[in-house]
Amino acid sequence: MSIDNAHDHEVVEEEFTDPGVPEYHRPRRADLDPKAARKAELQTAALFGLSIIGTVMAIWAWATGSVSSENIAETQRTTMLIGLGIFLAMIGIGTGAIHWAKTLMRDHEMIEERHPMRSSDEAREGAIEKLKDGAKDSGVGIGRRGLLKGSLITALAIAPLAVLVPAVGNMGGDWDVSKLKHSMWRQGMRLTKDPSGEPIKASDVTIGSVFHVIPEGLNDLEHHKLEEKAKAVVLLVRLDPRDLNIQPGREDWSFDGIVAYSKICTHVGCPVALYEQQTHHLLCPCHQSTFDVANGAKVVFGPAKRPLPQLPIAVDDEGYIVAQSDFHEPIGPSFWERLK
Amino acid sequence: MTDTKTLPTATRLNRAAGATANWADERTSIGAFTKFLARKIFPDHWSFMLGEVALYSFIVLLLSGVILTAFFVPSMDFVHYEGEFAQLKGVEMSKAFESTIHMSFEVPGGLLMRQIHHWAALIFTAAIVTHMARVFFTGAFRKPREINWLIGFTLMILSLAAGFTGYSLPDDVLSGNGLRIIDGVIRSIPILGSYISYWLFGGEFPGEALIPRMFTAHILLIPALILSLIAVHLFLVFLQKHTQYPGPGRTDKNVVGLPLFPVYTAKAGGFFFVVFGVIALLGALFQINPVWNYGPYDPSPVSAGTQPDWYMLFIDGGLRIMPGQVEVVLWGYTLSLNILIPAVIMPGLFFGFLALYPWIESWATGDRGERHVLDRPRNAPVRTGIGVALITFYVVLVLEGSNDIVANLFRLSINDLTILFRIAVFALPVLAFWVTKRIAMGLQRKDRELVLHGHETGRIVRFDNGEYIEVHEPLSDEERWMLVSYQNLKPRELAPEHNEHGVRRKGYRWDRFKAALSRFYYEDRVEPVTPAELHEAHEHHKAEIEGMAARSEAHSAARADAAADKAPADA
Repeated sequence: MSIDNAHDHEVVEEEFTDPGVPEYHRPRRADLDPKAARKAELQTAALFGLSIIGTVMAIWAWATGSVSSENIAETQRTTMLIGLGIFLAMIGIGTGAIHWAKTLMRDHEMIEERHPMRSSDEAREGAIEKLKDGAKDSGVGIGRRGLLKGSLITALAIAPLAVLVPAVGNMGGDWDVSKLKHSMWRQGMRLTKDPSGEPIKASDVTIGSVFHVIPEGLNDLEHHKLEEKAKAVVLLVRLDPRDLNIQPGREDWSFDGIVAYSKICTHVGCPVALYEQQTHHLLCPCHQSTFDVANGAKVVFGPAKRPLPQLPIAVDDEGYIVAQSDFHEPIGPSFWERLK
Repeated sequence: MTDTKTLPTATRLNRAAGATANWADERTSIGAFTKFLARKIFPDHWSFMLGEVALYSFIVLLLSGVILTAFFVPSMDFVHYEGEFAQLKGVEMSKAFESTIHMSFEVPGGLLMRQIHHWAALIFTAAIVTHMARVFFTGAFRKPREINWLIGFTLMILSLAAGFTGYSLPDDVLSGNGLRIIDGVIRSIPILGSYISYWLFGGEFPGEALIPRMFTAHILLIPALILSLIAVHLFLVFLQKHTQYPGPGRTDKNVVGLPLFPVYTAKAGGFFFVVFGVIALLGALFQINPVWNYGPYDPSPVSAGTQPDWYMLFIDGGLRIMPGQVEVVLWGYTLSLNILIPAVIMPGLFFGFLALYPWIESWATGDRGERHVLDRPRNAPVRTGIGVALITFYVVLVLEGSNDIVANLFRLSINDLTILFRIAVFALPVLAFWVTKRIAMGLQRKDRELVLHGHETGRIVRFDNGEYIEVHEPLSDEERWMLVSYQNLKPRELAPEHNEHGVRRKGYRWDRFKAALSRFYYEDRVEPVTPAELHEAHEHHKAEIEGMAARSEAHSAARADAAADKAPADA
């Protein structure tokens, strides 16, 4: 219905009618001009030619390029040249094919009918008929069907457990989750530098300095070194004793302004490695939980709830810093049974 | 001369081709299949390309991945680095990390394959998400495509799993800290958390089992699932035929477009090479994940400005944005709501809503017909608003997941920024919904205006009486059809609570919910122009033009009257 029709006819329809796919087709240059068609053909061939050059280039770059872990610029140059070759090899084919389709292939729209997804009534009835026939052939009387069905379904439902239970059971190691609550720190164990393992003298820890600490003997572990390290890493800081607000009950856990806190964030376990000397704040770079070292490493900002666990320390006869005991609570992220 | 020379070869070639086809057909009936497939019609639109990008980048992932497996050693056994790279000399590392370094530096093209693989993974997930957004905003998930929406949704989740397991394989500091975060998240799960963590890591974190396990998942389990679901996804596209954008002649009972052979064979086939080429270019020129700078995994070091790959940022943002106070201890057991809510519950609700969306909308529409013609997003203002609100929510979390970088870039306090995002994550999606819905309805009104009054021509006509009007040109039938042919959905009627016997009918509450949902969707709406309205508008113009002509003929002096009559200035 056009504007003019709307004018001429008295009767106005309820709804507009679909004018249908337009007959008109806008010709492209190559549709009209054989020269343009020839040009498009040549352009396409040139793009395919570019691809061939790219393939040759990639192989050449691989065959002649050098690689070196001493001077990685060489490796990076070879990487770039092979990559550019592959780029040309691929992009030439791709753009060539698309150019061909867009300039030379017939672009008159065509129509295909759709059929509803629903099967015909006949087909549905036929399907039901077949299933009924099959059910009849299964040789089971009406009365016995429930028993057979029930037992089969139960068997099928639990059969996977025969495989899954042993499989899952094997995957958790010794399943001793109580290990999450302890670390390898023991009374008298020296605090040593990470990663060298050198013990630290209290006199070497100047005010404001930070030491990343591992327990003495960690590096000598034959097994589970990373697991132990993941729980035992500690940050050792010396504050001006006047700034340090010692927590009640922890009066003898520090030594002359030197405090040691677990380095594992109580949020989701990243190492809390960024210490800001001026504010005494420790920041976790993963999710920005911020702990105040001068104040029992309590949370001052961010998604963590609990303070970092403190490692009680003392100084031994030779002047080295040692642990008084393990941490008094599980380190790192919370878990359901951590207080049990 | 030339003809007679080439002819025999051509016939020989034809004969060979015919014989091969015959051989294959007699064994597979491939003839019937080819007849069905070769000239199958596909509609054309640039946005249909997004799914293709996903498919093709997956093929690139398979190809480059196979090459990587030839050099990667999926082992957490310790070795001391013995290569020449100065920064790592003598450093203790896992074989996984060592082999990654080896293939990067000492295998010509190895680094390229790693970079191609990583870029392809980022593009794969991005293409899936944008493809999903296209399907969402155009309503392509409606009947009969709900199953395919779910399959696509599952593919999206699997792509995240594929990405994350692959990202973690090199066993570097960055990915190791990512795994530690995952471990922290798992442990927050009530009752089972510690046990799930032990199950995954084979004991305490990090253990020695994870890399081999993730390797199997990454190269076998997940790709096999993805491949088979892609097969079903595409099979359904062929079976149900592709959706098409509205336009003249496009109905729910046909598909208008161009044939698979030769047009889409060339276009879509060619596009695979374009995607491959672009990914190769990225891999050649742009360094990605230089693990040799990060070093091997060690639970102690970490650096600032560390972000996961983009698709994990929103969960990381959720973890950052959540205040810690909500962790509680109940009867001696610790419930870490500060982790559970952003990393388990929030993604669960977000993804759950997405998965169920086709059903949620069908409760509102009550539409039971097959819908093969897509919606222009403006014609579904509430759906479009919901989509933009979801994207806004997601983007706020992504920005929060990079809050250290954003804060640094704009010289803001990271704490202020986080507090700002804590508000924005609730406020902005609501605002975005409202603004989007209004914009969509504004565009619908603009369409109505256009249908009723036609295009401005810029041609000014002066009547004898001195009055100027601009001539408006009526729309062509095709253009008008495009603007008026959308589904005019109205809120569902709610049947009375009690039947004629005064008995409360079953399912009333559910119906009431659906009616309320329907009102939310369709109470505010802009209805398409009807022929009656167009007729009326036109009569109005005609009267006006004729009236003015008459007036100017008569050199009427009553100009004030004419101005008062003239309501909308259109012709």
